[in-house]
Amino acid sequence: MAVGTVATRGRAARRRWSQTALGSWVTTADHKRIGIMYIYTGIFFFFIGGIEAALIRLQLARPDGTVLSPEAYDQVFTMHGTTMIFLFVMPTMAGFGNYLVPLMIGARDMAFPRLNALGYWLLFAGGLFLYSSFLFGAAPNAGWFSYAPLTEATPTCLANQVGTLSAQAQAQLAANAAAAGGAGCFGAGANMDFWIIGINLLGVASLVGALNFVVTILRMRAPGMTINRMPLFAWMTMITSFLLIFALPSLTVASVLLLFDRHLGTHFYQAGAGGDPLLWQHLFWSFGHPEVYVLILPAFGMVSEILPVFAGKPIFGYTFVAWSGVAIGFLSFTVWAHHMFAVGLPTIAQAFFASTTTMIAIPTAVKIFNWVATLYGGRLRFTTAMLFATGFIAMFLIGGLNGAALGVVPFDYQITDTYFVVSHIHYVLFGGAAMAIFGGVFYWFPKMSGRLLDETLGKVQFWLMLVGMNLAFFPMHILGLLGMPRRQYTYPPNLGWDGLNLTSSIGVAVLVVAFLVFLFNYAKTMLTAPVNAPGDPWDGFTLEWATTSPPPAHNFDTIPVVRGRRPMWDQKHPELADWRTAVH
Amino acid sequence: MRFRAKMRRWAGVALLALLASVVLSACEKSPSVLDPAGPIATSEANIFWFILGLSTLIFVVVTAVLLYSVFRFRARPDSPAPRQIHGNTKIEIAWTVAPSVILFIVLGITIGTMFALAQPADANTVRVRAVAHQWWWEFQYTAPNGQTVDVADELHMPVGTVVEISLFSDNVIHSMWVPELGGKTDVIPGHDNKMWLKADKAGRYRGECAEYCGTQHAHMDFVAVAEDSGTFQTWLTGQQAAVQKPANGTPDANALAVFQSAGCSGCHVINGISPANIRLIGPNLTHFGSRGLIAGGVLDNNPANLRQWILHAQQVKDGSDMPSFDGSVPTVNGGKALTSDQLDSLVNYLESLQ
Repeated sequence: MAVGTVATRGRAARRRWSQTALGSWVTTADHKRIGIMYIYTGIFFFFIGGIEAALIRLQLARPDGTVLSPEAYDQVFTMHGTTMIFLFVMPTMAGFGNYLVPLMIGARDMAFPRLNALGYWLLFAGGLFLYSSFLFGAAPNAGWFSYAPLTEATPTCLANQVGTLSAQAQAQLAANAAAAGGAGCFGAGANMDFWIIGINLLGVASLVGALNFVVTILRMRAPGMTINRMPLFAWMTMITSFLLIFALPSLTVASVLLLFDRHLGTHFYQAGAGGDPLLWQHLFWSFGHPEVYVLILPAFGMVSEILPVFAGKPIFGYTFVAWSGVAIGFLSFTVWAHHMFAVGLPTIAQAFFASTTTMIAIPTAVKIFNWVATLYGGRLRFTTAMLFATGFIAMFLIGGLNGAALGVVPFDYQITDTYFVVSHIHYVLFGGAAMAIFGGVFYWFPKMSGRLLDETLGKVQFWLMLVGMNLAFFPMHILGLLGMPRRQYTYPPNLGWDGLNLTSSIGVAVLVVAFLVFLFNYAKTMLTAPVNAPGDPWDGFTLEWATTSPPPAHNFDTIPVVRGRRPMWDQKHPELADWRTAVH
Repeated sequence: MRFRAKMRRWAGVALLALLASVVLSACEKSPSVLDPAGPIATSEANIFWFILGLSTLIFVVVTAVLLYSVFRFRARPDSPAPRQIHGNTKIEIAWTVAPSVILFIVLGITIGTMFALAQPADANTVRVRAVAHQWWWEFQYTAPNGQTVDVADELHMPVGTVVEISLFSDNVIHSMWVPELGGKTDVIPGHDNKMWLKADKAGRYRGECAEYCGTQHAHMDFVAVAEDSGTFQTWLTGQQAAVQKPANGTPDANALAVFQSAGCSGCHVINGISPANIRLIGPNLTHFGSRGLIAGGVLDNNPANLRQWILHAQQVKDGSDMPSFDGSVPTVNGGKALTSDQLDSLVNYLESLQ
């Protein structure tokens, strides 16, 4: 690019704000910088969500805990879930996607760089908005899925809260509430308004990003990179983006209807006035279940990149790994009511959702087998990234198995809404998504920063995380079976729950230490490690390793021409190149 | 590497701690799904053991191959360059079909059990209406003579008989759950959900609200009392009796005067004493003394706890509709705390309502 010209003009003119260190980040439309900002934001909110997790586990470490008031606990557990899903996993995955997809497919940037920046800044605004609720003592408090009518209010009762109603209006309000029965004011206060508006800001951010990914992946691949030669991470990002495009509208509709109920006096979810609380659940989970795969599919993609490189052989069954992702994508829109087996659906409808849930387990199992087969017969180099990717397989396997158990409807009647479900989601999202993210951080950190993270500290962090997460989340299976419902701010002694809860809290303490080890590693690397990482430090396969670390603004001096699924392998082993030995 | 050995030792300690906490927890009585006391819970527990066995088998096999690969194929200085295998369609088909077969067998069992559990096995049922409040459970029985019996925090049921429960809420969504007797069913405004339970042996089983329903979700418990048919009938008959108005000047009459003047009667009904059209906000107290739990299952029913509850309800259960009668709220009892004498007479009287 015309670096010389810009520099000359810069010297002559006044130094513009967009050329200062901060300004250049704020105004950037470079996919790599935006990607890095996404990842920083995600890890920051992982830290915040982790503090919330620690508060929850402090409160529950002993029976009759008094660390948090019930009201505070409700806000903390709601924000923990909302943060980890919408502000940690989604932005971090979007960050890796932003950084890596253009590099992996041999493009110079995303299709719409400014839209890309808009997506990031909407996320930033949404996160800030959600967290500003704490300043007003009104953080969302109805759980991350915010079931109506606990979230309901009417314009009059909200006005009454602020104290703007006359005595006459108050009397009328009381009379109305008594007459309407279900049309109560259970979600009084601004808590849910913060949630609705915050979530919608984040939703638009995700939608913008998703559209950008789809166009980038479909239109901007390097010459020779057919869809079937695309890295699996790009595949999974594409599927994820389609899921977001089709699932998010459902959340938008659900939450806007709730906003209407609260502020315009409609009654979509108010049984007493002819609405139906179950409408919320159907709309929410129509978004919510595809969302679960939005969180985990990019993790599948990362692991499918890391495992082959450190095994020294290609991914086993590329086509099956890619297309099982597509199958999961389609099926994920048909399973939503398995979150609702206890709501009293007709048995035949429950049987339908049990069947689709069974079906979605099949492509997931296929993926796990392919990852194991990728390791089999390889030459395994256990770097930190590889440890995380391998740990991911085992932990996600547990999350998959206990998830399949939740699809066994009669058993689900017993354990839905208990700590068993909490255990399941954490094996999937912590053992799955978070393990993959840390694997990805160690793997791509040299590419992004030009520096290599400390491998010994990384391994300490991995083992602490593996032990910590099992201590924290395995006992929750048993707690659920022993009858402990989720979302209780406290529990009485003598029910056999004390020891398991304490163990779980100790596990979270170990996880906190693991995260501190990571922060120390990061700080140490950024402050002391030289910027000298080679372009291809891991003997990688895909195109991001074909350029320098970190890459120049334009990514590649010449756009590479691709002849197979592993362009870097082909380049390093011309006699064994995939296009000579394999057909695709 | 010494580091690795140390890590292994720590992992061992962690595993021991986990096992110890499981063993320790076995000494106390939990409302355990795996300790079934009725046909539904038994069938659900059986399906759990089956799934657990199957899952464990799958986990062990997959993890064994994973660990074998990890140790066998770990890179060593003399490791040969790995063969570049891209896949094998036959193997892919095999491991697509194998889990499909297993999963569809599980699905068959699932659907079979679901339909078996959907309808109660016999027609001779006791009907109960469960009303979920924020945050306590009300249970209404209709006696053979048509009279309604209204109880709080206690679900009485005869052993060996199907109890059909209609679930009603006029506030938020709750979920009724007695782990030892069977799975849960949500209580949703506008939906006439029903569930059935049956106890095979007499006992007191912990019941809970399982759906997050607001601040005091943690304190919305009840007890399912399964008793033999005779005891149940005696109980039901006893609960139908109205309270006799005490004679003027007796301690009971004084207690009732407090009940009226302090404002208790604005929310609570005592059959035979209260006017007929009171809007019931708190539990019906007609046979209060016969109950085992108070305050939405939070406290055992004894005079000391009742005193504590009346005086400091908001400390015991922050956010509940029951106000503290300790003078802290100007609109409650004119902002005056109940005197010790008033409390004593009220507690004695309520506990005497057997």
